[in-house]
Amino acid sequence: MNPTRPKPFAPRDHSIQPPALTPAYRSTALRAPLQPLLRVENGWGETTGPVFGHLPMGDLDDDLILNYATPGQSAIGPRIVVHGRLLDQDSRPVSGALIEVWQANAGGRYRHKNDGYLAPLDPNFGGCGRVLTGADGTYAFRTIQPGPYPWPNGGNDWRPAHIHFSVFGEGFAQRLITQMYFEGDPHVALCPIVNAIPDTAATDRLVARLDMDRTLPMDIRAYRFDIVLRGRQATVFENRMEGI
Amino acid sequence: MSGLHESASQTAGPYVHIGCMPNLAALGAMYGGTDLGTEMITGEAQGQRIAVGGRVLDGKGAPLTDALLEIWQADHAGLFNSPSETRGAADPAFTGWGRQAADGQTGRFRFDTIKPGRVPWPDGRLQAPHIGLWIVARGINLGLHTRIYFGDEAEANAEDPVLRQIGDPARAATLIATADRDRYSIDVYLQGENETVFLDV
Ligand SMILES: [Fe+3]
Repeated sequence: MNPTRPKPFAPRDHSIQPPALTPAYRSTALRAPLQPLLRVENGWGETTGPVFGHLPMGDLDDDLILNYATPGQSAIGPRIVVHGRLLDQDSRPVSGALIEVWQANAGGRYRHKNDGYLAPLDPNFGGCGRVLTGADGTYAFRTIQPGPYPWPNGGNDWRPAHIHFSVFGEGFAQRLITQMYFEGDPHVALCPIVNAIPDTAATDRLVARLDMDRTLPMDIRAYRFDIVLRGRQATVFENRMEGI
Repeated sequence: MSGLHESASQTAGPYVHIGCMPNLAALGAMYGGTDLGTEMITGEAQGQRIAVGGRVLDGKGAPLTDALLEIWQADHAGLFNSPSETRGAADPAFTGWGRQAADGQTGRFRFDTIKPGRVPWPDGRLQAPHIGLWIVARGINLGLHTRIYFGDEAEANAEDPVLRQIGDPARAATLIATADRDRYSIDVYLQGENETVFLDV
């Protein structure tokens, strides 16, 4: 018996990923490992991972406009639907994948005990949602457009409006957390967290585009945001010897 | 050929609990009232029940009180509860995946889990029992992968391919939890003299 090992993931391209230490984002100063990462092969533990395709979803899990609201009411703010595809680097759709999102309300305030921003909480907005990708990797959720908010980083720093995304793939090595920004937001270019990404094209891929094709007249505007997880290595060196 | 680029990572920020542990974040009974990943043992799981706990510490030795940790591990027999596991059926009463937040006051985390079995490395050697660990928090731009090994597995640890790849015994020791019967503890150092070895998996 010779079970087929899942293909290893291609090594991560760090030229498009933020390095650990980015001094303009001050929280990295004491939290960035200073030793280089140790590149290791992918074994079973890296190529397998938890999958959630059969997780029962609540009717409103993918509707942040309603999922915390008193019945008959809804969250305050510009109504939007965020949609797109989850792919891997080989353009394969990742289906049955769990995407979790969280965000501030329309005034830029999080429903979190550590957020003391003076913008008010919206009693009808919780700020979390989740969705499973379809067979073709597509996903969509409804929410309100979050507001920019100030944050303590040593200066006059404001986060661009953003939605946090947590994404699972097929293997634990694909695990990704990122943020989605909005086309046309002048704060994107000013943000030290965004600017931790060393590649402007990679930054631009985190900016969702207004999508008039999916915008519903007199109802809700649409933004499109595609997400890409790591792809598989082309060739598997099954019996690679040590020292070669 | 890889035609697309991986999406760039961004920090999980200080409010990751809202999205990943909404019940802990007091959002009411979201998603049925239980946060995903808090229960790894879902029935009569086989193997030794253990607790793995510790802290994540910054470069000044202060525990992170906002970190989110995920673990992924084999069951007692060394099998993963995942569709891409092709060596056999993993224990259906054990998910293998856990998610916990560091305590908001003390920074302590704890997973109640099963001691994993040994899993072969791609070259056929057996790895020592271990748990894959992934850490995100404010100030962490790209989620950090590392491993937790067990202090009472000295013989297996000595022949583990990843611990051997680290080489320097002092650095390898940063991945090894101290054992007190069925309780294991490990402190993860993001920086400094005892900086944990983080992996580019
Ligand atoms: Fe945020």
